[in-house]
Amino acid sequence: MENEITKEVSEVSPEEEKTTEVEQVEEVKDDTPVIELRGISKHFGEVRANNNINLTLKKGEILAILGENGSGKTTLMNMISGIYYPDEGQIFINGKEVQIRSPQDAFENHIGMIHQHFKLVDVFTAADNIILGDKILKVDNRKVLNSYFSDYRGSISSAKEVRDAALNAENPEARSRIYAKYLMKRQRAYLKVAIKTAVMPLLRFWERNKFNYLARGRIEAIQHYIKKFGFDIDLSKKIYDMSVSEKQTVEIIKVLYRGANILILDEPTAVLTPQEIRKLFDVLRKMKEDDKAIIIITHKLNEVMEISDRVSVLRKGEYIGTVNTAETNYKELTEMMVGKKVDLNIDRKDPVDPKPRLVINNLTIQNNEGRKVIDDISFTANGGEILGIAGIAGNGQKELLEGIAGLQRVESGEIIFHNPKENKPVTFFHNDIKQIKEKAEKGMFHYPDGTPVVLKGKSNGEIKKLVNNEQILYYENEIINLRDKKPREIQELGIKLSFVPEDRLNMGLVGNMSIVDNMLLRSYRKGKTAFLNRKRPKNLADNIIEELEVVTPSDQTPVRRLSGGNVQKVLVGREISSSPKVLMAAYPVRGLDINSSYLIYNLLNKQKEKNVAVIFVGEDLDVLLELCDRILVLCGGKITGIVDGKTAKKDEVGLLMTKHVGEENDSTQENNEVEEVEDNGIKQN
Amino acid sequence: MASSKIKFELPFHITKRTDIVAWKAWLVRGGAIVIAFILTAIVSTILTKGDMGGFFKEMFVGTMGTANKALKFLNGWVMLLMIGLALVPAFKMKFWNIGAEGQTLMGALASVVVIKEWGKVLPEEVLIILMLLFSIIFGAIWGLIPAIFKAIWNTNETLFTLMMNYIAIQLVLFAINIWAPNGSGTIGILKYGSFSDAFGMNYIINIVLVTIVTAILFIYIKYSKHGYEINVVGESVNTAKYIGINVKSVIIRTMVLSGALCGLAGWFLVGGSPTPTINSTLVAGRGFTAILVAWLGQLNPIIMLGSAFLVVFMQTGAAQVASTYHIGSSSAFGSIVVGLFFVIVIAAEFLVNYNVVFKIHKHKKVAKTADSLATFGNKVEKEETKKEDIITEEQFEEELESIGTRYFERTITKSKNFEGNDTFTPQKEKPPVEKTAENEEKEDK
Amino acid sequence: MFLVFLRSAIRLSTTFLFGSTGETITERAGHLNLGIPGIMCLGAAGACVGEEAYLKGLSDMSQANGFAVVIIGILCAMLFAGAGGLLYAFLTITLRSNQNVSGLAITTFGVGITNFIIPQVDVTGFTTVVSKAFTAYAPGADRAGWFSDLFLTYGCLVYIAIVLAILVAGFIKRSKQGLSLRAVGENPAAADAVGINVIKYKYIACIVGAGISGLGGLFFIFDYLGGNWEYTIEALGWLSIALVIFSVWRPNIGIAGSILFAAFYILPSYVNVPFQYRELIKMIPYVVTIIVLIAISLLRKKELQPPASLGVPYFREER
Repeated sequence: MENEITKEVSEVSPEEEKTTEVEQVEEVKDDTPVIELRGISKHFGEVRANNNINLTLKKGEILAILGENGSGKTTLMNMISGIYYPDEGQIFINGKEVQIRSPQDAFENHIGMIHQHFKLVDVFTAADNIILGDKILKVDNRKVLNSYFSDYRGSISSAKEVRDAALNAENPEARSRIYAKYLMKRQRAYLKVAIKTAVMPLLRFWERNKFNYLARGRIEAIQHYIKKFGFDIDLSKKIYDMSVSEKQTVEIIKVLYRGANILILDEPTAVLTPQEIRKLFDVLRKMKEDDKAIIIITHKLNEVMEISDRVSVLRKGEYIGTVNTAETNYKELTEMMVGKKVDLNIDRKDPVDPKPRLVINNLTIQNNEGRKVIDDISFTANGGEILGIAGIAGNGQKELLEGIAGLQRVESGEIIFHNPKENKPVTFFHNDIKQIKEKAEKGMFHYPDGTPVVLKGKSNGEIKKLVNNEQILYYENEIINLRDKKPREIQELGIKLSFVPEDRLNMGLVGNMSIVDNMLLRSYRKGKTAFLNRKRPKNLADNIIEELEVVTPSDQTPVRRLSGGNVQKVLVGREISSSPKVLMAAYPVRGLDINSSYLIYNLLNKQKEKNVAVIFVGEDLDVLLELCDRILVLCGGKITGIVDGKTAKKDEVGLLMTKHVGEENDSTQENNEVEEVEDNGIKQN
Repeated sequence: MASSKIKFELPFHITKRTDIVAWKAWLVRGGAIVIAFILTAIVSTILTKGDMGGFFKEMFVGTMGTANKALKFLNGWVMLLMIGLALVPAFKMKFWNIGAEGQTLMGALASVVVIKEWGKVLPEEVLIILMLLFSIIFGAIWGLIPAIFKAIWNTNETLFTLMMNYIAIQLVLFAINIWAPNGSGTIGILKYGSFSDAFGMNYIINIVLVTIVTAILFIYIKYSKHGYEINVVGESVNTAKYIGINVKSVIIRTMVLSGALCGLAGWFLVGGSPTPTINSTLVAGRGFTAILVAWLGQLNPIIMLGSAFLVVFMQTGAAQVASTYHIGSSSAFGSIVVGLFFVIVIAAEFLVNYNVVFKIHKHKKVAKTADSLATFGNKVEKEETKKEDIITEEQFEEELESIGTRYFERTITKSKNFEGNDTFTPQKEKPPVEKTAENEEKEDK
Repeated sequence: MFLVFLRSAIRLSTTFLFGSTGETITERAGHLNLGIPGIMCLGAAGACVGEEAYLKGLSDMSQANGFAVVIIGILCAMLFAGAGGLLYAFLTITLRSNQNVSGLAITTFGVGITNFIIPQVDVTGFTTVVSKAFTAYAPGADRAGWFSDLFLTYGCLVYIAIVLAILVAGFIKRSKQGLSLRAVGENPAAADAVGINVIKYKYIACIVGAGISGLGGLFFIFDYLGGNWEYTIEALGWLSIALVIFSVWRPNIGIAGSILFAAFYILPSYVNVPFQYRELIKMIPYVVTIIVLIAISLLRKKELQPPASLGVPYFREER
């Protein structure tokens, strides 16, 4: 019964929908959950993204799905919205089992999902985007005919009234006049219906192809939703002129316009300012009042506490449980989210003689949209130490690393690199004779016996001899500001900075090139000839394949064909091979199986022993806590804390990850609680 | 309810394939070439009402019948190859230079300008060298202009280079009218600047030099640092930036190279011909055909030797067939044959890059095994339609097995969970560790 | 003199207008069809074949019905050109081959077939009967002096081209399907997500676009040249592609643009400049197109940019 109605709704125009909506509300008054998931599982290759998940969503409630990155929240929701199809399990909508194989099926079930990456056409206006793909009005011929004939009957009956009036008229003259009127009316009605029936095919065509797609009902229907839920949007604004928040609004209206009663929002607040978040929450509350069911995926505890009615927690693809928001608190949720500490047995040695290697001072980076993604942060990475960077993905980790590597424009601040040159000989590799002379004049060098180098009056030949015999040594470390330096310049300065980026095949490796050629990426400029020397890269490739146990048919196999773990081994292997002074790795174990992950941990640990400053961006707190000597927590582009890897508690880091500095202007109960918990954590230290 | 709607679905399914064995790929391509040959043979046999043997005979007679014809054919081959080679660096960089026609024409124009200006005064050798220099520079400029706009403002290079072709053609027509003030539109055969009959054999320099260029370009693309940079920029601009390549300068440098090589081809077309002259159809559409040659040759100069050969062979051969049997104009029949050839080979490339999996086939397999696994045949169906990239029987069986075990597991867990109500309270679902935490929390309260 | 020039320009512009209107539809769906020159040739060839068959079927040429001649011409031109478009669509959409390469192959193929067919067509009656039907105007339309010369006395195809351009512009800008078409060309993934059948739209755009372009060839042969064959359609085809850029993918701007292009094309024969410079004048449309191309990339105004997915094959991610 319900199905019949919903199906029809999807095909009728928005105006008509308003009327059917009312019926619907009456229809489902019982307590059947609008969505019920039973035993949903999904895996990608070997990775279990979701395992036996059970969930229910009721009408008129906001359900928060809480979990860390990679806990399978988005995968789960994608299965409801038709992006993925579950491997196992059943989905019930309003108590009936359904198959959702495509976004279309989801829409037909009145489910609308607002993804993190908006699917909007840039050059269209908001209204265009909302209307896009709206099913063309389907007109039932018979209905139309019936309406014509009922019109006709109506006019005939009104004509008959005239006739009756004629019968009752007093004098024959008036009677005949009125009768003539009646005849004319009847004639007109006949004609009207005849013409209408004749041109109906044309009219129908017109109805279907209404030349102006913004005509009549559509804009009104959109306005209806805007007014109802209090959106703040200019429908004639182009998407490319819009802020992220406005784009999100367009997406929300789009799904409402298409008749969604169940809304799923994937990390809706990740990209919004606090004011925008408040606005969004107001809208969500209004929708809730309107009996829409809403799921919001998030990892921000304060928002969960503020907006949701119930919270379901996922962790590593497993369903942990559901609690009523009113009956829970931060601590419980954090615990559910991060879980108990798991012992990974990663071998961690104490850092030997950590000295500052990379000093970041007041660094600020803006993204393309002008938003500060790294906001005035300062920290030091020491040589011989692994510095972990924890944080929910998208809180500035990518930009921070790319900024250091010279791939992002830095707004302000300094990136100071301490080149460990103390008592090391000068080489011609990065200095020519002129530079050496200049530096010697500044008193930067000394002879092995400790006396300062004076090069005045010495011929170039003599200097060359001294350098080649390693007789000229640095007094102290070279200090270089890497800010605004291009990757090439950094390389030419002799700074050995290795970077394992997040998106391996898009940056870092070339998928269509062989392993050997990918080895070349870092070193192809070596040598004076115009030609490549593939000999050393080939050796390197073979070494990496052997030592890191890369599974590949040969060293000539395009990297694209390797599995994720092997691709990562190739990349990390190459980056380590240049014996770096700083090694930055962004999510190096993402998507890797256990063995490969441990291999990477060991590699990083070995680098640490070699006195390299390792910066490790990770998402798994267990790993961070066992691998890293210090952990820096980023949230909203700011550092919310730097903790000791050995003593820090998991929930402590978890809280820091969700704590927004400077956003808690309206210090609510919950926020105070955060502070308290955090204080406790620190006291425990 | 969604399934109640009947949806049209294609009976097959296409997936990208990444792991075709090289010999298989070449088998497909070779097969396509053979099919193209046979098709054209059939078409021409029908048109000529002759026999197939005649067709093939005429093909060979037309291309290699006499020494002179063979030499001309050889020259046609290397000319097309030369322009194709010029496109390789640009295409490797994913810069769609379809302006080879114009760049070549500008090179030719430069040569003619030099002949017209200094032909009488300079000794032949100097003149030819000067022609070479000017041709290369003109061609390079014609390639440089779109490259600059692409590098700095990201102007669409396809349309830009396309327009540059016609500007070049008009410039040539203009120049011809300047040189031929009588309005005849031709400048006749130039007396100076031809190096065609050097070493006593027509076209010998063209053939030798193009062979050398082929080898050099092969080495340049595969073994030089520049070639490597071009490749990286073409594959991934992000990675190029990551390793510190200046993408803009690579684009400009490569397009200058591409244009210069086209200019060189122009020099060959003027100086290397026994009848040096220029007109707007001097390049004769090779600038466009070369794109196809480069594409079919996988942007590999060595393979392009073959693709250029095939195209020129078909063109010249078909022209001979047409003139022998009086079917239409000779060039027209040539382009039909070449066009057909391209269409078939392009289509074959699809089979190399994509896998076509027939769904019906798969369903049948499912149905067969479903008998023995009748209990969850329905589920298998569900699984199957989603897991679309299953091809081999082995994989299929593996998959089936895993589905079976998973289904088994699930029925067990399901039966365990089934008495549970709709809302799963955390206490029920949490692992034991969690439970204690929960309890502690409660006790605190 | 000027009147004659303008009249001639408007006539020739029809060829460009048909070509660019068709190509605009194709490009709006994200497909750069470089086969347009070949397809225009195919259109002309198709019309020739159709007319020949029609005239042969008659016992006497004078019996030919003008209306039938026009309809047959249009249908055959669209049929042949549409077949070319279908081939292009099949190669680029279903087989996902490179658009530039496929387009050029279609041009080679189309021009070849046309040049092959045309010499075998019996052209008797083309200059008289057929051309007369195509250039016929309403009786009495020539009585308004210069006004009728300039506006009323063209063959029906001129008006069809203009009306079609306006309709297509309106369709693209205002209709729902036009909106979907634009979405397919801009962001096929977004279009797919809201349930638009991307493949269907692309196929229809390629075929219909090619069919309309083919009318350009038909017009050029039977109206502009009066039934004579000339092998310059290919060059006009490239100009049509240039016109698409010039009109920034809007056929209504294309109307003015086509007249401008045609004016430059024929200007040399009307102005009194040394004949050497005539070729330079003919160069102007291409130069202007490049300037427009640079200008739109400099302006960075999103509405003026080529469709964002132009030339990019769409392959829905496997789920």
